[in-house]
Amino acid sequence: MPEATRALIAGEAHGEILELDEPLSFWGGFESETGTIIDQAHPQVGQSLVGKIVMMTVGRGSSSASSVLAEAIRDGTAPAALILQESDEIIVLGAIVADEIYGTVMPILLVDDTTYRDIASLTAAQISADGQIDPR
Amino acid sequence: MPLTLDARDQALLDGTAGPAAALAMRVVVRTAESMEAERLLDITGAHIDSCLYHGQAGLDFAQRLADDGAQVSVPTTLNVSSLDLLHPELYRGDDHTRDQARALMNAYEAMGCEPTWTCAPYQMDARPRLGEHVAWAESNAIVFANAVLGARTHRYGDFLDIAAAITGRAPAAGLHLDTARHATIVFDVSAVPAKLLDLDVAYPVIGHHIGKLVGSAVPVIVGAPAGLSEDRLKAIGSAGASSGSLAMFHVVGSTPEAPDLETACGGRVPTDRHMITAADLRTARDQLTTSTNAKLGAISLGTPHYSVPEFARLIELLGDRRIHPDVHAYVNTGRSVAHELDLRGWSARLADAGVQLVTDTCTYITPVMADIHGTAMTDSAKWAYYAPGNLGLDVAFGSVEDCVESAVRGEVVRDEGVWADA
Repeated sequence: MPEATRALIAGEAHGEILELDEPLSFWGGFESETGTIIDQAHPQVGQSLVGKIVMMTVGRGSSSASSVLAEAIRDGTAPAALILQESDEIIVLGAIVADEIYGTVMPILLVDDTTYRDIASLTAAQISADGQIDPR
Repeated sequence: MPLTLDARDQALLDGTAGPAAALAMRVVVRTAESMEAERLLDITGAHIDSCLYHGQAGLDFAQRLADDGAQVSVPTTLNVSSLDLLHPELYRGDDHTRDQARALMNAYEAMGCEPTWTCAPYQMDARPRLGEHVAWAESNAIVFANAVLGARTHRYGDFLDIAAAITGRAPAAGLHLDTARHATIVFDVSAVPAKLLDLDVAYPVIGHHIGKLVGSAVPVIVGAPAGLSEDRLKAIGSAGASSGSLAMFHVVGSTPEAPDLETACGGRVPTDRHMITAADLRTARDQLTTSTNAKLGAISLGTPHYSVPEFARLIELLGDRRIHPDVHAYVNTGRSVAHELDLRGWSARLADAGVQLVTDTCTYITPVMADIHGTAMTDSAKWAYYAPGNLGLDVAFGSVEDCVESAVRGEVVRDEGVWADA
């Protein structure tokens, strides 16, 4: 079973797997009202992230991504969980504050490259509180 | 090693200074844990990005803190907001958003932050010195603080900024530590023609190119003319922080932690080396242009906020000419620079020429621009990167010389000759 190297935000989630072909800036690249990618230069522009386990290797861009992600978590338009290869404090902060203010947890897991590839090959997955990722 | 808190940290966490300080400390501690910090450190200042309105969540967080009596414990500046308080007539958004944005600004002022409303706090008189730890958010400010001032901030997002300002503490991790500041990737620009490197327009394009390649690694640029201006370094940083996650870079001979390549790399051998060519820069420049429409509708300069030397160049290029009547011309800047423009008589001169100053905010983050018919042109890689998605505009990137010439003529003109191989 694939397992996270570390849970940046620990929690349970399940959903379809969506691997992003390029890193996404939640600010400027994502619309919290609809939960879709709006970065015209992103190869997956128009794709919805709502309720999905979204994978991207690293974060990107603006500090405001924290606010946009927190707003999406509040609105219910956020991904179910995020899987990254490198820690990204800007993304993590959005999830921390949504948890502190609304008590809503969006897990963020850090995985190594091999695990990342394994998870990306799944259609859907279940994330448990201890950071284990199971096919679903 | 898990995170160890000192007695003051623990006291804040336990609520001895009230619920707001406890919430702020929880945010700092949870961020520190995600960064695998072993302790927290004192900061001497903060720059807050969270004052820009993105929805109810940011307002709920700020009002929770402010209502519970939070006060910043270090000098704290505020980034751009969603509103231009000096030119409120420009606002074209809805009343609800305006009221929410104003409430957010009020909450941060109530916590003792200075109402500076600029993304370029480094263009004000008081700025952190070499080696000082600060907690700055706003990606262009972060990279400028680290690279150009040699101050130390990690790449923080919203919420940590105000949490650090209230507690006076930040994680002892990431770019606060020596090891993370050393370069691992070399970009050699010595093959770029000297006449291109002599122009301001080269630098946002170099930044855009590097940002796409580095991820979150720290690059060092070699082969650039010594003593690059702060405006050129600002352009590299803001572009690379938009196309990538650039939070620290070195330029040998220009930035304070890079007297030579070996020092910039901390004595280690770089893992990667890239030669940058004029062709690379043409490709990067082309990525910043989405429009093929020669009719010009607008120019927007000043992302990040224009400095006094940048205004001096704009005034010089304009001469006694006026902006074409079909073109809207905007320049974003901070209040401290706008005040300097007033003292020099430049504000009136720009207004006479048909240039609209925008303060406290920026044209790409809030609806202040008029209906634009035609291409929008900019000298900012960051604006060119975000405006198509944010504003739905077709954008052309060019030098400030190109922008002014185009704005006067009413059509997109660009000097292609400067981009040639030799």
